[in-house]
Amino acid sequence: MSLAARDRRVGWGLVAPALIWTCAFFAVPFAAMLALSFARMEGRAVVPGLDPGNYVRFFSEWALFKALLTSLEITLVVTVVSVMLAYPLAAIIAFRVPPRWQRLALLLAVLPFWTSYVVRSYAWLLVLGQNGVLNKALLGAGLIAAPLEIVATRTATVIGFVHFFVMLLTLTIYANLVQLSPNYARAARDLGAGGVQVLWFVILPLTLPGVVTGAFLTFVLCIGDYITPQILGGNNDLTLPQLIMLQLGRSGNFPLASALSVVLMVVVTVAYAGSARWLRLDRL
Amino acid sequence: MTLRSLACSALALLAVTPAQAQELNALVWCDHSDPALVAPFEAKFGVKVNLKEYEGTAAGLTILDQSQPGDWDVLVIDAVDVGRAVEAGKLAPIPAEALPTADFFPELVMAENNTVDGVTYAVTEKFGYNTIAYDKTKVDPADMTDLAMLTSGKYDGRIAIYDYYLPVLGLLAMGQGIATADITADTLGSLKAPLFALKKASKQVSDVVSAQTALATGEVDIMVGGGEWVTAVLAADNPNLDWTIPKQGGLRWAQSIGVVAGSTQPDLALEFVKYIVSPEGQAKLATSACYWGMPANARTGEVLTPDQKAVLRWDEQADFLARAQLYPIPDAALDTAMQDLWTEMLQQ
Repeated sequence: MSLAARDRRVGWGLVAPALIWTCAFFAVPFAAMLALSFARMEGRAVVPGLDPGNYVRFFSEWALFKALLTSLEITLVVTVVSVMLAYPLAAIIAFRVPPRWQRLALLLAVLPFWTSYVVRSYAWLLVLGQNGVLNKALLGAGLIAAPLEIVATRTATVIGFVHFFVMLLTLTIYANLVQLSPNYARAARDLGAGGVQVLWFVILPLTLPGVVTGAFLTFVLCIGDYITPQILGGNNDLTLPQLIMLQLGRSGNFPLASALSVVLMVVVTVAYAGSARWLRLDRL
Repeated sequence: MTLRSLACSALALLAVTPAQAQELNALVWCDHSDPALVAPFEAKFGVKVNLKEYEGTAAGLTILDQSQPGDWDVLVIDAVDVGRAVEAGKLAPIPAEALPTADFFPELVMAENNTVDGVTYAVTEKFGYNTIAYDKTKVDPADMTDLAMLTSGKYDGRIAIYDYYLPVLGLLAMGQGIATADITADTLGSLKAPLFALKKASKQVSDVVSAQTALATGEVDIMVGGGEWVTAVLAADNPNLDWTIPKQGGLRWAQSIGVVAGSTQPDLALEFVKYIVSPEGQAKLATSACYWGMPANARTGEVLTPDQKAVLRWDEQADFLARAQLYPIPDAALDTAMQDLWTEMLQQ
C-alpha cells in the first residue's frame, strides 16, 4: 500500500466517527422526516406516499402560512436588537475593561445561561407582569399612572429572546474584537480618521464575521423556539414551532408536522446561504 | 473465602436480585409522579414503579408505538380516548370483577368509554371540570354563572383561555345550546363566532402553568376552561381563587387507567390499577402535588380530610355532575376540523 493510500485510510478512519454520528443522528432522521412530510393522514393512520398535500395546505391556508411570517418578523427584530445591544457591550468588555477583569465580565455576561430556559421565561413573567417588578418600580417612581401591559404581547416575547441572545452575541463579537490588532485603529487614526470613522470603516468591517456568526446562531435558535412565545407571548403570536407542536399534542398529524419542520429547515438553510460569505465559525 | 462459598453467595445474589429489581413501568400524567402516591404500592409489593409523564393522547400512543412489547405495563389516558388506544391495540383486557366500580360515582363508571364490545380495557380514576375559574375578589361571582358575561365587554383583557380546543369548544357549544356529543362538522361552524369573540375579549391563551401563574399574579382574573384542577393546588396560598359551573353547564374531564397490551407482568400491573382506584390510592391521587381532582371512587370520602373535601367541593358533586357534559369525542376528521378552527383563532 502506498503512503498516500495509507494516509487516506487513516484520514477516513479519523473522520468516520463524526460521519457515522452525523448520518445516524442527522441525515437518516432528516430523510425520514422528509419522507413523512409527503405522507397523508387517513383517519388517525399515517399513509406513506408522495402526496404534496401538506405543502400545498401550508402555502394555501393563511392561518398556517402566517405562522411562518410571524416567526420571521419576531426573529428579525430579535436579531437586530440583540446585535445592537451586544456590540457595544462586547466592545466595552474588549476595549475598556482591564484584561484581568475581562474574564469576570464575560462570566457575568453569560450568567443567565446557567439557569433553565423555561425557568428564566417564567421569571420574566414576574418581572414584566402588571404587578411585577418593572411596573411597581415605574409606578413607585411616578413615571406611569397605570401598569404597562407587557406580558402576553410580542414585546414580552422579544424581551425574553433578546435577554438570552445578547449573551450569545456578546461572546461571538468579543471573540472577534480581541483578535483584532490595535494597529489597524492606530493606522486609521494616524491617517486622520475620527473615532466614528475608525469604528465604521475599520473595526466594524473587520469584526463582521463575528457579528454575522452570532446573528446566524441567534436566527437559528430564535426561529426554532416555541417556549418563549408560549410563555411570555401568551400564545397571541402563533409561530411556526408552536404550529408544529399543535400538530403533535393530541391529533398526532406527523405528516403535516414534518412538512412544517422541513419548511423551517429550508428557512434556516436560506439564512445560512445568505450569511455564508461572512460566517467564520473558526473565530468563535 | 472458599470457591464454594463464593459460588453460594453468587447464587444467592442471583436468586434475590430479580425480586429486588422488579420494576413496573407506567406511562402517566403528572399527577401520578407524586412520590406519596406510589410509595405505599412500592412498599407493599417490593417493586420500583418507574413513571414517565406525557401530554396529549397522540404523544402517549407514539411512545407506545416506538417501544418494544413489554416495555410498558400501565397507561393513564384521557377517558374519552380509551377506545382509540384499544383500536390501536395498546390496551389489554382487565377483569371487570376485580375493579371496585360499584363504589364509584355512577357517572364515573363510564362503561361506554372504558369497555369495547363488552370487554373492559380501563377504569376511570379521576375527574373534574373544565369550566370557569376566577379570582372572586376581582370579578363579580354572579357574572361567572353566565358564559355570555365573558364576552359582554365587562371583562375584556382579563381572561385567559385554556389552550386545549376540546374543552373550550365544548364549553362554547354548551353556551350555544349544543350538547358536546352533538358537535359535528355541521355544527362546528356555529362555534366560530363565539370562539373569536372570546379570543378578542381575552388577554392570552395559555397552558396550565402559564394560566395558573397569570391567575395567581393577577395578570388575568378569569380562566376559561379552568376548574378545581387549576385552583385547588393554589388554594392554600391564594384562597381568593374559585371556580363555578355556569348555568349553561360545564365540561367533565376524566382520566382512565389500564394495563398495556404486551405487558410481561399483567398481574402486577393490575394490582397497580387496583391500588390506584382503591380509596387509599384515590385520596392520594385526588390531592396530588401536580393537580387536584375528584376521585372516581366515592368511598374515598372516608379517607379525605374535611379540608380536602371542602377544596374539592365534595358535597356539591351531585349538582355538578348533573350539569356537566363529557368531553366531545371527535372522529379523526372532526378532530382535525376542530384543531383547524383553534389554529385560526390563535392567529386572530
